[in-house]
Formats: sequence, structure tokens, C-alpha cells
Amino acid sequence: MPAMNMIQALNSALDNMLEKDPNVLIFGEDVGFFGGVFRVTDGLQKKHGLTRCFDAPIAEGGIVGAAIGMGAYGLRPVVEIQFADYIYPAYDQLVSEAARLRYRSAADFTAPMTIRSPYGGGIFGGNTHSQSVEALFTHVAGLKTVIPSNPYDAKGLLIASIEDDDPVLFLEPKRIYNGPFDGHHEKPVSPWAGHPMSDVPAEHYTVPLGKAHTLREGKDLTVLAYGVMVHVALAAAQDSGIDAEVIDLRTLVPVDIEAIEASVKKTGRCVIVHEATRTSGFGAELSALVQEACFYHLEAPIERVTGWDTPYPHAFEWDYFPGPERVAKAMRRVMEG
Amino acid sequence: MKNTQALSLHVPEPQTRPGDEPDFTRLQLPAAGSVERPGISTPALQMRELAYGLIRVLDEEGRAIGPWNPRVDPETLRRGLKAMLLTRAFDDRMYRAQRQGKTSFYMKCTGEEAVACAQALVLTQEDMCFPTYRQQGLLITRGYPLATMMNQIYSNASDPIKGRQLPVMYSSKAFGFFTISGNLGTQYPQAVGWAMASAYKGDDKIAAAWIGDGATAEGDFHSALTFASVYRAPVILNIVNNQWAISSYHGIAGGDQTTFAARGIGYGLPALRVDGNDFLAVYAATEWAAERARANLGATVLELYTYRAAQHSTSDDPARYRPAEEAGGWPLGDPVLRLAAHLIGLGEWSNEQHAAYQQEAIALVRAAGKEAEAIGTLGQSRPEAATMFEDVYKDMDWRLLRQKREAGF
Repeated sequence: MPAMNMIQALNSALDNMLEKDPNVLIFGEDVGFFGGVFRVTDGLQKKHGLTRCFDAPIAEGGIVGAAIGMGAYGLRPVVEIQFADYIYPAYDQLVSEAARLRYRSAADFTAPMTIRSPYGGGIFGGNTHSQSVEALFTHVAGLKTVIPSNPYDAKGLLIASIEDDDPVLFLEPKRIYNGPFDGHHEKPVSPWAGHPMSDVPAEHYTVPLGKAHTLREGKDLTVLAYGVMVHVALAAAQDSGIDAEVIDLRTLVPVDIEAIEASVKKTGRCVIVHEATRTSGFGAELSALVQEACFYHLEAPIERVTGWDTPYPHAFEWDYFPGPERVAKAMRRVMEG
Repeated sequence: MKNTQALSLHVPEPQTRPGDEPDFTRLQLPAAGSVERPGISTPALQMRELAYGLIRVLDEEGRAIGPWNPRVDPETLRRGLKAMLLTRAFDDRMYRAQRQGKTSFYMKCTGEEAVACAQALVLTQEDMCFPTYRQQGLLITRGYPLATMMNQIYSNASDPIKGRQLPVMYSSKAFGFFTISGNLGTQYPQAVGWAMASAYKGDDKIAAAWIGDGATAEGDFHSALTFASVYRAPVILNIVNNQWAISSYHGIAGGDQTTFAARGIGYGLPALRVDGNDFLAVYAATEWAAERARANLGATVLELYTYRAAQHSTSDDPARYRPAEEAGGWPLGDPVLRLAAHLIGLGEWSNEQHAAYQQEAIALVRAAGKEAEAIGTLGQSRPEAATMFEDVYKDMDWRLLRQKREAGF
């Protein structure tokens, strides 16, 4: 199998779906001729034609609104919001419309659609190109939220999202588009090539939504993570020597409660890691779920390692980013608890 | 450079308020028949004046005159008149039902019936309508069962949308009526997207959307016009200018500076300003816009100039913000009476027939009411409560399954 980075894997997923289903079409800012600012749609317009992959006006509400109409007609649009930080003008269309059509019409109207958006920091993007927006959407009944952490999953999850009959927000951790960043920003960047999850089949396959992946089995404690933080958690486990079980959630809604419960009941300790700000972050939900399901198995308080409750500060990127040192420290505290 | 005078903030105010005599002197109403009718392929830039004029077909005597006369056969006009009368009878009954405590909320379209009823006759049932809450005339003209509308209004066991929406937020794919949102303007880009999809598939269906004068201020309105223009979407973009957005007059949405139709000009879209109380003018303009859409010429903006004669909703009291006599004095009259006068002038309708159909409409509504009330009014009957957990997603995930159990179902 060819080694693919995450951009190539996502491109391959879109290519497969354009090939397979004439009702799939792609639009968004700069995604057409140019192929997207991160190159995820590179070559798709040339290969599949102008109406299958085209540029959209800079109007995120219009992009999502139009996609809802297309979905209601019977298409399966895949739209790109260029940076997750730009998604707010589309919030009403996502929350009040895309997420509610099926319910409010008693399934008379539905709008299957996938909203792809690069998210997260670690690229010196400052406050408007680094945000982690997932909690604003995991709170919304009717939406699914998916976040891959590697090329193989990225392709399989994106295809599963496009084929899903409900609207899916597909957040792409852009810091790991080109390599598995573990938070050691002082070290040279490693590419995906050679990583086991970069073996990506060229043909169609799916990774099911709602299923977590245990990346590292361990007996000391459970780390719940997704996106970039999966790699940071693995590095922290290695750096600290703690035998951590690292679970890549992959889908936040619906989250894989069985995998979480089984692991925490086994280890009795839990650290939750995400890059987004802490207050009302998805970690709060995870912490509550673990407490509800595993309280009598817990040996120590649950810890959250997250971005600080500040906007994403440009010059203080690595002070903000919850890197492996912070994660390892939390793991040690939880082991001592 | 320093200002030579202090700045002052302008907050627009309507000319008249409760207690004042209504004043319509500022309205410029061109005579019926005076606006030219360009061919549908005329470039938008060459017909900009249409956004500032007012297409009117029926003159003061009820005659159809001028180039916009759609020359509709009398049978179709009678259908339209009956649909308007039926809509009015339905509104009256449901307004009273709310006052009697049979439902929580209702919205009438009194004075605006020509908008939806004429347009429903032009569009086919396969074309998708993206209405606001004031286009019940679309469903009624298309023959949607009145009792089913009432079931929705009563959220009873036969409510097709299972008690999930506020009264009047109907939904019917089979009748080309998109599920209504209470968040204003959201349907506008959705209609454009639906039309783009139809074009993408090489289909022959078009879309139509409605929005009020107030909601044209929403960002969704502007992105919809951008998308419609950029992708030449086969969609009719109706702005129902009924002068009032709850208590805010049209000037709060920018209506004092220019017409709402003129919004289309900046997007390079043909824009027609139409007497919305003139059934024939609404019919003709819609037909023109539909022909353009079907000929792959793209979107048209229609400003339907009308007046919201009733309250915004049953929760509203217009006497608190506008002169009580304003509705009755509206210079463009009543759409029902104007179309009736036209048909009577043609010898195709009579006062007796009119009175007889009014009674028939009341009887139809009463019969539907009996049917719906036999199932139950709000609170007396409702869908199975367990269904509230359905249709959040196609399949219920573990959270909903657990919560459904927790709720006792």
C-alpha cells in the first residue's frame, strides 16, 4: 500500500467518493482550481469536472445553507470551511437548520452533508487560525463530530461521514496533516511515511463512526484523547514511563462509551487531554461520563490537560499548547493520587 | 481635520404612530399598466428601473391592463380567488381557536393572500417552496388537507411532525413545502442550494423562497443573493414587504433609503417590484421569473409590496405601535376584493357567488376543524411521548437510548 500523509488520504477519500457517487459534490473557499489552501482537494476539479468540485464565495453561512438545500434535494455535499475559526457565520445554519431538519420535519426532510474543516493550533496561526471548536458542536443534538488522528483513519472516517445520512462535522487537525506531531516542537518534524497508520489503501473503505481505537494498551491509567493530542499522549506515556492505555476517540459524538468504560474500569485512573480551552470543553463531558460510569473503580481524581482558558496566543503558542510535559505531569499526579 | 459640527445619530421612525391619522402620501404608486415588460433574457443591468417601479395589472375599476397582464383563464382566477377566501376563512378560524385556548399560537396572512395563492398556481408541485410562516396559502392552494394543518397546529396525535414544532411550522415534501424554521432568513440560502442541486442534476425543477422585509437585513439574505447570482441558480427570491416586522416598520430594515427589490441590483439579479395585493401582477411576475429560471437564465428577485393587515402573531398587538386605521386605508386595497371585482367585471363571478363561496369556505374549515378536534386540541391529544427521541439522528445512539429509558419510555 502507498504511504500517504493525511492530506493525501483525505484527497483519496474525496476522489473515491466523487468516483463512486454522482450525488457527491464538493465546494468551499479556494477548493476548486487551486485545490484548497491545505491542498486537500488538489486535482479533484481537473479529474472530476467543474461542477463536482468548485469555489464558493467567502460566506460560510451561505456555504452551509446551500449545502443544506442540496442535501434536502438528495445530494451529499461535502463542504470545506477553510479554517474552523471561520465557522461561526455558519453556526445558525448548522445548529438551527442542518442539525434540526430531520427532527423538526419528522424525517420528511433530511440533509446528509459533511462539513470538513482544518482545526487546532501548533502552526503559529494565532487566534483566528488555531481554534479548537469541537465543544460548540458536540453540544448540539442532531450533529455528529468526527476528528481523525492519522491518515488511515482520516480516509476511512471521511468516507463513513460522507456516506452517513446525518450531518457530520469533520474536523481535521491541521498540525498533523504532514506528520505525526507529538508536541515536542523543539525536535525536527517527522513525516507520516514509515508510520503504520500511513499505509492507506487507494480504494474505498470505511472506519465506522462512533468507535474508538486503543492505540496503546496499558495497565496504569487511561488517557482519553483525539486528534493531535493522541500523539502527545503517546509521547507523554513514553517520556514518563507510565504504562498508559491511550484511547483515540476518533468520534466525539456519538462517543464510544463502551471503550471508555472498559478501559477506565481496568486501569482505575483517567487523564483527559484536549487542545481546546478547558471550561465547558469536551473534556468536561468525558470527565462526567467517566465519573458516572466508573466512580467506584477510580483510584484517583480524573485530570484534564487542556489549552488554557485564554484566546490562542500567537507568541505563546507552546505555553498554551498542552504538550507532553504537561500531560506527563498530570499522569504522574494521577498515579500518585 | 476636525468636524465643524457635532455628529448626530439617526434612528428612523415611521411617519405615524397610534393616535395619528394614517399617512400614505409618501407612497409612490405608478398607475396600473405603466411598467414595461422586458423579455426574460434581457440583461439585468438594462432593467434596473423595474426595481423602483411597481408592476400593477388591475386598475382602479378592476380591469386588467398593460403589458404585464398574464391573460390567465377565468377558471384559474376563480381557483385563485377561492384559495384566498379559503385561506382567510382558515386564518379566522385558527385565530379564534387560539383565543379559545385550543392552541398556543397562530399567525394569519390577512391582506397578503395573493402572494402565496397566486404563486402556488404558477409553480408546479414538484418545484420546492422555502416559505416563511406566512405562506400557508401555498399549502391551501395546492390542496393540502386543512385538517392535517390543524393537526399540526394542535400538536395532536395525528400531527405529521409529531408535536415537535410551534404551530404553523408546517412541512410537506409531497406538496413541495419545505419545513419552516423560526429562525428568520435561513431558508433563503437553502432554497438557492436546492436550486443549484436541481441544475447540477440536469433536472427541470426550480425553487422559490420567501422572506419578509425585516429579515432581508439578515446575513443569510445577502449570501443567498450572492450564491444565486454567482451560480445562476434557478430560484425565485421573493421578498414579501408587508411593511411591518412585528413592531418595526420597514425603515428599520433600510426601507426608507431604497426599495427592497433594489437589493437585487447590487448582485446583478433582475429585480421586480410588484403590487402584492394585485393577484394578476403577482401571477405575471412569478410566471416571468419562473420562465427565466426554467430557461437557465438564473434567479429573479421579486419584492411583493403588500401590507400585514393582521397582527404579527396571536402574541402581538399592533394597536400599540401603528395607527389602527392604517390597515383599512392601505392604498393598494384588499387582494381578495380586487380579484373578485375583476372577475365580476368580466362576468365570471358575482356577489352572490362570492357570498356563497365564503359560506362554503367556512363550512370546509368547520368540517376540517371537527375532524382535527375529534383527534384533539393542544394538550388533549399528542403523539406518543417516546417518539420525542426519534429522528434526532437516523438511528438512535446509546445516549438517546439510555435517556429514553431514563425518561420512562
